[in-house]
Amino acid sequence: MADLEQFRTQARAWLAANCPAAMRLPLEDDEDRCWGGRNFKFKSEGQRLWLERMAARGWTVPEWPREYGGGGLSREEAKILRAEMRKLGCRSPLDSFGIWMLGPALLKYGTPEQKRQYLPPIARGEIRWCQGYSEPNAGSDLASLATRAEDAGDHFLVNGQKVWTSYADKADWIFCLVRTDRAAPKHLGISFLLFDMRSPGVSTKPILLISGKSPFCETFFDNVRVPKGNIVGEINKGWEVAKYLLTHEREMISSIGVTAGRPLGQVAADSLGTDAGILADTCLRADIARFEIDAFAFRLALERTGDLAKAKQASPAISSMLKYYGAELNKRRHELLMSAGGAEALEWEGQRSRGGDAARSWLRSKANSIEGGTSEVQLNVIAKRILELPGA
Amino acid sequence: MALILTEQQTLVRDNARAFLADKAPLAQLRKLRDERNPDGFSRQLWKAFAEMGFCGILVPEAFGGAGLGYVEAGVIMEEIGRNLTPSPFLSTSLLGATALLRDRNSARNGELLPKLAAGDLLLTLAVDERTKHAPAATALTAERSGNGFALTGDKCFVVDGHVADFLIVAARTAGAPGETDGLTLFLVDAKSRGIEIERTIMLDAHNAARIRFNRVEVDADAVIGEVDHGWPLLDALLDVGRAAVAAELAGVGGEAFGRTLAYLKQRRQFGQPIGSFQALQHRAAQLFTELEITEAAVLKALQVLDADMENSAMVVSVAKARAGMSATLAVQEAVQLHGGIGMTDEFDIGFFMKRARVAQELFGDVGFHADRVARLQNY
Repeated sequence: MADLEQFRTQARAWLAANCPAAMRLPLEDDEDRCWGGRNFKFKSEGQRLWLERMAARGWTVPEWPREYGGGGLSREEAKILRAEMRKLGCRSPLDSFGIWMLGPALLKYGTPEQKRQYLPPIARGEIRWCQGYSEPNAGSDLASLATRAEDAGDHFLVNGQKVWTSYADKADWIFCLVRTDRAAPKHLGISFLLFDMRSPGVSTKPILLISGKSPFCETFFDNVRVPKGNIVGEINKGWEVAKYLLTHEREMISSIGVTAGRPLGQVAADSLGTDAGILADTCLRADIARFEIDAFAFRLALERTGDLAKAKQASPAISSMLKYYGAELNKRRHELLMSAGGAEALEWEGQRSRGGDAARSWLRSKANSIEGGTSEVQLNVIAKRILELPGA
Repeated sequence: MALILTEQQTLVRDNARAFLADKAPLAQLRKLRDERNPDGFSRQLWKAFAEMGFCGILVPEAFGGAGLGYVEAGVIMEEIGRNLTPSPFLSTSLLGATALLRDRNSARNGELLPKLAAGDLLLTLAVDERTKHAPAATALTAERSGNGFALTGDKCFVVDGHVADFLIVAARTAGAPGETDGLTLFLVDAKSRGIEIERTIMLDAHNAARIRFNRVEVDADAVIGEVDHGWPLLDALLDVGRAAVAAELAGVGGEAFGRTLAYLKQRRQFGQPIGSFQALQHRAAQLFTELEITEAAVLKALQVLDADMENSAMVVSVAKARAGMSATLAVQEAVQLHGGIGMTDEFDIGFFMKRARVAQELFGDVGFHADRVARLQNY
């Protein structure tokens, strides 16, 4: 315990000395996030410096081993680091699908060589990854995917189409599910493949969403050559890697509603005013308080799940529960933000609404209960894997 | 601190689970109700609680107790919830013991705590006066009189009020109802002249009473804590009660869900188990999720009471509100998914619905705690 307190003191001092002032302000909008990658343009010198300093310390990925660019921290130390960052208001130095999704899968299934090749550039924010999972005819029924990789001697030839590929147009590399055995049952003919998005034959087309933005793309593969060594895990056993990665994707999505932004009550108080300390709109006040109660409890459930996993007492299917609840919670949060914003939040353009930021985020949040497995699919998983209900 | 039970806490839970399932199953509550038992709980069971070390779970070993904490007391409450066991554990072992321990009156504690731990002394907290929980609205007055005070006013929804030996009474010694200043706590012998106790038969067949105080004279040393500044102690006591009831509700909801899940797998209609229908599977999965999230909040609230009681308000209100909501959903789904049989008195599931309704109301319902959360966050 004394060691942990010492770690807390040191971490606090280091953060205070090294986190640039501008990186301690809340995110104004999604454009303020640092995603890294070959083509990333830093919004400010502070943003660049913050990434560089945190990466040098291994704290973009505090719990990864030091040899792969991580901080080598224990779970308890990482908890303390996150808490100290929250206290100072530090922004995340790096948002990354490499960190949240691919990294954990590589740590578990990658060869030593793959780990050395791919993990350090993720930790430093040098390579930005995207996820090639969904296809036009493989959504909730993901395992029916049709993109195929054919054996062409020393390489694969990849042909097919992915959809809802987040930031494919900005990503440097893709982790992709491909069919390598068309005769096998659908779960048993899939492989997990990594390749460079600059490879000849890869093209992307952004999809305009109801939010007016295009975070997702269609991604096309036309005779893309991929070296055979780029398979993670065994050939035709990629579904296992895919599912493991999905648990991490679900955890990532589950926490977005409870880690982002200012407290709702304060946002509403600024927007609508208070009467003797009580929010002027008392119905909205009750709704916000109930949301905050659920969000507070949900944060604790996330913490408890981590502690249970460490004690080897957790079912992997618990990630479905967290994904389901976290996604619904974030949608509720955005509904409340729109209520609190009133008519002003409806302005789609212009300075007052910062380009309709609240409205666009509200609309974007509707995808939370679709991406990474719909809420309905998560409930199916809970019913089958945890509750062991028949015929699910 | 990890948000899971320690080995010792797991042991306490396993002991309580085995003991209560054996000695105090739901059938006992049904029997006490049906025979209109005047105590409303089993004194024999309470003796066994003492032998198990439950009565004095919070009482230091020097006073004959187990010297354990709120997490241990909470896991017992959860098992009480699973079995719907009526007992003075909440009123005496949690509220009564906490009041005495926080007061640190060594002479009084030396006399009372060993009796409490031995199961020979019952205490309770008398705070509510109106239809809804509103402790700051306390109006029962304590006027200075001779060497002490005279208490006048009414209390209601006093848990175990008709069997308690001593009442911890929230009274107004200054200020006006609605103000948190001016409140004082008194330890009053339930047999004092001027006290009228009416046992109120509640829908859940658990104990409660209305108590009238007609100029009840008490000595100055009946004061617990500070005169006029009793609010922090009262609020802390209530938070102990709220976290404990939240733990009980987690047990009530969890057991109602467990029984319902078993029924979904066993009951067949249209030639298949009704649990194979996706409409019901999704409801079960949603309810499971609600209960799991509540479990984390309840455990955290109990841990905070052990570690940092001064900062318990937020997490306790979250736990009580969550437990009230998820247990309410659990018992509603339980009765609905059991179908017609769930509406019969003969079948047990209705008892869970009744207890959840009462426990939801006790020490503040969801609305009370949502309001408290909003105030704590300044909106």
